[in-house]
Amino acid sequence: MTLTARNLSFRYGRQPVLSEVSFELAPGGFHALLGPNGAGKSTLFGLLTRLLAIQCGDVLLDGRSLKRHPAAALRQLGVVFQQNALDLDLTVRQNLMYHAGLHGLSLRQARRLCDQELERFGLLARAGDAVRLLNGGHRRRVEIARALLHQPSLLLLDEPTVGLDVPSRQALNQHVRSLCRDRGLTVLWATHLIEEVDSNDPVLILHRGQLLANGEGHALCQAEGTATLAETFQALTGETTS
Amino acid sequence: MTPSQYLNCFLAVQAREWQRFWQQRTRFASALVRPLLWLLVFAAGFRAVLGISIIAPYQTYITYETYIVPGLCGMIVLFNSMQGALSMVYDRELGSMRVLLMSPLPRPFLLITKLLAMGLVAIGQVYVFLLIARLIDVETPAWGYLAVLPALMLTALMLGALGLLIATWVKQLENFAGVMNFVIFPMFFLSSALYPLWKMQEASPWLYWLCQVNPFTHAVETIRFALYLQWNTEAYAITAGVSLVLATLATAAFRPQRTRILGTRR
Repeated sequence: MTLTARNLSFRYGRQPVLSEVSFELAPGGFHALLGPNGAGKSTLFGLLTRLLAIQCGDVLLDGRSLKRHPAAALRQLGVVFQQNALDLDLTVRQNLMYHAGLHGLSLRQARRLCDQELERFGLLARAGDAVRLLNGGHRRRVEIARALLHQPSLLLLDEPTVGLDVPSRQALNQHVRSLCRDRGLTVLWATHLIEEVDSNDPVLILHRGQLLANGEGHALCQAEGTATLAETFQALTGETTS
Repeated sequence: MTPSQYLNCFLAVQAREWQRFWQQRTRFASALVRPLLWLLVFAAGFRAVLGISIIAPYQTYITYETYIVPGLCGMIVLFNSMQGALSMVYDRELGSMRVLLMSPLPRPFLLITKLLAMGLVAIGQVYVFLLIARLIDVETPAWGYLAVLPALMLTALMLGALGLLIATWVKQLENFAGVMNFVIFPMFFLSSALYPLWKMQEASPWLYWLCQVNPFTHAVETIRFALYLQWNTEAYAITAGVSLVLATLATAAFRPQRTRILGTRR
């Protein structure tokens, strides 16, 4: 699925948060959205997921406007939020079944897809456990499994590794990359951690609500005359990355 | 989206609410302490003070306990609906709200489904309360327990929608203490829950007028009449009308950026 953001601007009251942001995500690619805290990443996610109403510009999914066809767009969208969106007291399966129902799936369909996703993520044995009993890495995996339950073609992840230790961060990052390769999923991975981005990844750099760069990591380095993406980021934003 | 998809969504939201209820059943049980204190302690103390004349829907003199049971049913729904609506916007329910709002179904449908699901759990508490009331001889006709269900659902929707509207738009009332002092207590005390309105009219015409314009009064009267298998057209019409207006306003005016659903409130 192709996602196109066209001239997206957003303001809270009089305070502008995003200004004329345009980009396109190619089908089946792992795209990194890089920006420091406060760059506008979560606002951009709010717009892409329709949690925030679009004030200016538009978002197109395979050419269809999110504003005009929100239901069709949301059916194609899987989202992992920065903050935990799992119910800790409920079991893994109950959390997934809730999501499946919200997408209109019948109990039978929901059970089948739930088992399928949990097996794929190596979590089927934990299906009956309360989420509270899982470690941070497994909780994130459950969130990704849930986001993929209704079989979307686009997965948006807003700083999914926040709060995880380094090995869990790396494992999660590799896992999502494998989803792109194996399932042709289009992924937008927002982060402020530059080590989560490969030099071959298409990269969007967002800073103070403006899209400063859009291209493959190594091409951006070449254009800026820098050796690493971290240096490119610093040259463009004047800020260091974590 | 097809009707069966709407139904699946509705059932999933219901199922989740009952699953949470089961997980937190001790908390729900403790929530029953409040109305039971009113019924067993407050009513016993005030029984001698407040004489009750014969008023509709009652056909004879009644005890004060009998009089306040419908009002206490309303109180259970009032506390639960307000607390539930606040939790949708500020705390416990934020995660589930993010997931809810990612559904492709229309947002007003999702919000009303959620309010009704929370309301039905509150209604479950009302029935447990009515059962306990029956054990202490506050009896209503057996069919009254069924007849009261639509009245309770309307009340839950009305109060849930009011809670959602307030929590979304009145920043000063973003904690439960504020809502309790400025919404719940005034609504409860300025209603017919604890005393018949003719008594209020004797005390102060102004207070009587405030009680009359308070939609909670009409919700309580709807519950009271339904429990005794009588139909109060005026109370029903006002409760239904206010529910409709508030539900429309609350869902149409809902903005996630005015809540903590996106992480921070603007």
